[in-house]
Amino acid sequence: MTTLLQTHQLKAFYGDAQALFGVDFSLNAGEMVAIIGANGAGKSTFLKALTGLVKVPQESILWKGQPVGGRAPGDIVRLGLAMVPEGRRLFPSLSVEENLLMGANAGRKGPWTLQRLYTMFPILEEKRLAPGTSLSGGQQQMVAIGRALMSNPEVLLCDELSLGLAPIVIREIYNAMPAITREGMTVVIVEQDVSMAQRVSQRLYCFQEGLVSLQGSSDELTREQISQAYFGV
Amino acid sequence: METLLQGLLLGGLYGLFALGLSLMFGVMRLTNTAHGDFIILGSFSTFTLVSLGLAPWLAALVTLPLAWLLGYAMQRLVLNGTLGKDPLPSLVVTFGLSIVIQNLLLELFSADPRSIDTDGFNTLGFALTDDLSVGVLPIVIFVLALLAAGGLQWIFKFTALGRAFRAVSDDREIAELMGLNARKIYAQATAMAFVLMGLAGALQVVRTTVSPADGPMLLLFAFEAVIMGGMGSFWGTLAGSMLLGLTQQVGFRLDPGWGIWGGHLMFLFVLVMRPQGLFPKTRG
Repeated sequence: MTTLLQTHQLKAFYGDAQALFGVDFSLNAGEMVAIIGANGAGKSTFLKALTGLVKVPQESILWKGQPVGGRAPGDIVRLGLAMVPEGRRLFPSLSVEENLLMGANAGRKGPWTLQRLYTMFPILEEKRLAPGTSLSGGQQQMVAIGRALMSNPEVLLCDELSLGLAPIVIREIYNAMPAITREGMTVVIVEQDVSMAQRVSQRLYCFQEGLVSLQGSSDELTREQISQAYFGV
Repeated sequence: METLLQGLLLGGLYGLFALGLSLMFGVMRLTNTAHGDFIILGSFSTFTLVSLGLAPWLAALVTLPLAWLLGYAMQRLVLNGTLGKDPLPSLVVTFGLSIVIQNLLLELFSADPRSIDTDGFNTLGFALTDDLSVGVLPIVIFVLALLAAGGLQWIFKFTALGRAFRAVSDDREIAELMGLNARKIYAQATAMAFVLMGLAGALQVVRTTVSPADGPMLLLFAFEAVIMGGMGSFWGTLAGSMLLGLTQQVGFRLDPGWGIWGGHLMFLFVLVMRPQGLFPKTRG
């Protein structure tokens, strides 16, 4: 199995405040990995470090064996990593379709096109001219996922997909995941809903206070192990 | 009727003054306090090129790519470093640039007002009725202002560059995650704004006399037009400019000393009654 992404003792800071204290992580091609942890555990900072939004030492992140830590976000997305940010963060002054087209700026070729996204999320085609932020939370999440897919990434990083959404909408969003992973897309999801994370992923990392407190096969980890790693008790 | 017409035509000129300011603020949230001085720099560039023997229209045309280059370089080398959550660095730096430009122009051209000879084009006019005539130059300026506002609106709404302008304005971090280079896009926006300033400056020196100290007054007119029109809307900026031109003309009509005051009073009135401006940008 090809290792796409690795971090070695990844440390990250916001000014003087340290958020990550040495995270070791690996991601193989084609798998779906979940990252869980309480608020402030460092999950989102980890994704921001991977995508260049938080500057880290070059050698601490390897993409297909090459050091890429600290590179600009634009370079990272052109390598093949795309992120669905926490809270969706659609561009308020852009329509649904314009938001989706923004994802294509990276210029990577691949199977994801506007038409394919509209087939997967038909509601987006209906509302393609509406302002992105006028949609419901679930529909906005579809736009955010579609926008990331438009860059035709090899790895899709999803930060808190279920945040602020109704359970039925969360299920709808996750039901779209098989269509995304079918062609070998590698996915990392950061999720606070532990049972959902365990259900959809093959491997699971638990973060606690900026460190990996537990990792393993999602099928084999027990509730007790996860609770202990999650809460530290 | 004449006051109305002259006011609207004056508003066209103010529109050209204001559109660059509106563009830079809309994309970068950057208030360029040297805006008026860059317009005057455009005037002196045109004046110098005419002094070197170029025809006025050719001098104006040559000023535009020079303005583009200056704007692009200014943003890449100076202004990008001032952008952030705190607006103070950009205000301080552009204020400093304003002083530098004024003193540079004073050193090079002295404080004497300058104008260029257009063989009477700037006073050319035609009669609409027996007691109403209109100048050709104000109409040319008015049409250029309409084209500039419409062109900017079209670029923002229908082109990939306009989409990029709106995206970096909405959320720079996410725009960069989409592969955009925000610093480069800001430089393109500033370059476009400088072209508008160059055009405004060239027309100003064709229309009237200019001196190195004129910049702050032009900034004030541009600022009032942008605020009255509503931030982030080019048609709004043009409408604000028309309102400013109109109230100044009404003021001049009542008393020659009241013209500029009339504009200031209208600005204050709009600020109190409708602080978001007449046509603010609507967000989804």
